[in-house]
Amino acid sequence: MPKELWKGNEAIAEAAVRAGLEAYFGYPITPQTEILEYLSRRMPELGRAFVQAESELGAINMVYGAACTGARVMSSSSSPGVSLMMEGLSYIAGTEIPAVLVNVMRGGPGLGNIAPAQSDYNQAVRGGGHGDYPRIVLAPASVQEAIDLMALSFDLAEKYRMIAMMILDGSVGQMMEPAEMPAMREIRRRDYEWAVNGAMNRERRILTSIYLNPLDEEKTNLRLAERWNEVKTNEVRYKEYFLDDAKYVVVGFGTAGRVALSAVREARAHGVKVGLLRPITVSPFPYEALNQLTGQVEAFLVVEMNAGQMLDDVQLAVRGRVPVEFYGRPGGVVPFHDEILDEIRRLVSGPLAVSSNPRDSWLTRMYRNLKIAVP
Amino acid sequence: MTTDNLVYERPEAFTETPTHYCPGCTHGVAHRLVAEVLEEMGVVNKTVGVAPVGCSVFAYNYFDADFVEAPHGRAPAMATGIKRVLPDRVVFTYQGDGDLASIGMGEIVHAAARGENITVIFINNANYGMTGGQMAPTTLPGMKTTSSPNGRDVETQGYPIKVSEMLSTLDGVGYCVRRSLHDPKNIRLAKKAIRAAFETQMRGLGFSMVELLSTCPTNWGMTPVASMKFVAEHMVPAYPLGDYKVSDAVKQIKVQG
Ligand SMILES: Cc1ncc(C[n+]2csc(CCOP(=O)(O)OP(=O)(O)O)c2C)c(N)n1
Ligand code: SF4
Ligand SMILES: [Mg+2]
Repeated sequence: MPKELWKGNEAIAEAAVRAGLEAYFGYPITPQTEILEYLSRRMPELGRAFVQAESELGAINMVYGAACTGARVMSSSSSPGVSLMMEGLSYIAGTEIPAVLVNVMRGGPGLGNIAPAQSDYNQAVRGGGHGDYPRIVLAPASVQEAIDLMALSFDLAEKYRMIAMMILDGSVGQMMEPAEMPAMREIRRRDYEWAVNGAMNRERRILTSIYLNPLDEEKTNLRLAERWNEVKTNEVRYKEYFLDDAKYVVVGFGTAGRVALSAVREARAHGVKVGLLRPITVSPFPYEALNQLTGQVEAFLVVEMNAGQMLDDVQLAVRGRVPVEFYGRPGGVVPFHDEILDEIRRLVSGPLAVSSNPRDSWLTRMYRNLKIAVP
Repeated sequence: MTTDNLVYERPEAFTETPTHYCPGCTHGVAHRLVAEVLEEMGVVNKTVGVAPVGCSVFAYNYFDADFVEAPHGRAPAMATGIKRVLPDRVVFTYQGDGDLASIGMGEIVHAAARGENITVIFINNANYGMTGGQMAPTTLPGMKTTSSPNGRDVETQGYPIKVSEMLSTLDGVGYCVRRSLHDPKNIRLAKKAIRAAFETQMRGLGFSMVELLSTCPTNWGMTPVASMKFVAEHMVPAYPLGDYKVSDAVKQIKVQG
């Protein structure tokens, strides 16, 4: 297929359609509303289901119901809406059925704003909903990558009977870029051995997340953990840039990773041996890739559009063997590449200590850089 | 064997599992009526039920049909999702008054407004049975519950919600009636209404709901017989039985029995 100019949100919607989306349920919220609007036209045109739900609670439970039948279904929202979906996500996880959710994140907490942010990393990666459950989280950095990860999200969700969530910030959702759409996949409603669709010529089936006997719930938790091991073994994805001889490594996902790449390129042009590792699956997180790098690297720089959330995962991987530094722009601010370049220069000029708390020193620098008084 | 003297037979739409309901609780009666109707209509094997959170959370153990179990109050949203991808299946929710009229009010109103072709069996027992008898939106004024120990004070705790009356104002609703389970005559009428509700769905005539006035002897602190009397004397006057909405198209349906 030739490249065309696509707006991120519409590209995601069309990519889902081409991946065989059978039903979409959503509720308007900026900056993802174009997904809903696009599908309100596209789905009925193809004879597929579209419902504008009464709320995100309604939307995620419609997804839950439809997913129980084995159909390929999804919802999309943005931060406050995703918070409202957490109850449903927990039930979906407990019922062990596949479902796909896109979170086009914005600045928070609370109503926050509608500017691009990576504020919901912890909510997405650590769970958000109640109970003990893993979930797959993918983080595209461009319109093309969002298209590619959309189909992958469905495949992974179905393969592991698990939630697959795509998190991106509003800038990827709103930006227009040339991208290539995959061909239309045929809808194949698989009759999964668990799907609830009427007990015709078979034993009846029940889908629930209740295990009143704690021993049964424990078995379920263990089963989920075991399945997660499989995901960790098979599905870790990340992109490496200039890592072969890198002495300094920047780690950033999504847009932060993309901006960091320009900074890394420029630093390279000035002879700095710096590279970038951009996680694509932030859950499962590429711990092992980072672990390997600690042998060759003098320091890591984590760059995020939040106050340091993925930072914890990088620190878990590095385990204090080399310094990990942090630079973040929370609240809906996208960092400029020269801010990150300055941070790379700071790393190179040292000295850095393993023992210092990267979040604390970042805060001090932020107040200084922004010329505002520490409250 | 002749059936002349047969007083009870388990409907085929039921599993062998004995129910966990308290003696004299009308949840069991409501289950049986639904099971009989699905069986008589020959649709058990194309039915997907949605169980609620409440005493009937385990409804799925008793019906010999496919079932899912919804988060508290969200059954109409789940049923919407199921019906939209499986429009030729029979989809119903079974919900209590806390589930439907409190935490799930948004979901039920909008499912009704959209005219979802689903059937809702709504059990109004004037309290939160499962959690031990707290006040529900349907608790009668002055009625004592564990969270209205001095009787529901409408000044501070508001007034009962009349769900059938409310939903009947919505154009998406094809069939919306209130019946009671407190004596054999009313039980027969309730069954007929449940049949009409499922027929409404089968013909794609919109949202259908049967509200059933029910007992909760355990939390009401009454014998089963006294509970039935309480329904007749106190619930029926507060929640008048009747047809709140039967659309013209639904009126054409001939229901036998
Ligand atoms: C989100 C959530 N809040 C609260 C509860 C606790 N809870 C379980 S059942 C129930 C009340 C159910 O009452 P009702 O719907 O009237 O059903 P009944 O037991 O009377 O048949 C409540 C509040 C829950 N399970 N989930
Ligand atoms: S607590 Fe009430 S509603 Fe629940 S089973 Fe017992 S009598 Fe029925
Ligand atoms: Mg109740």
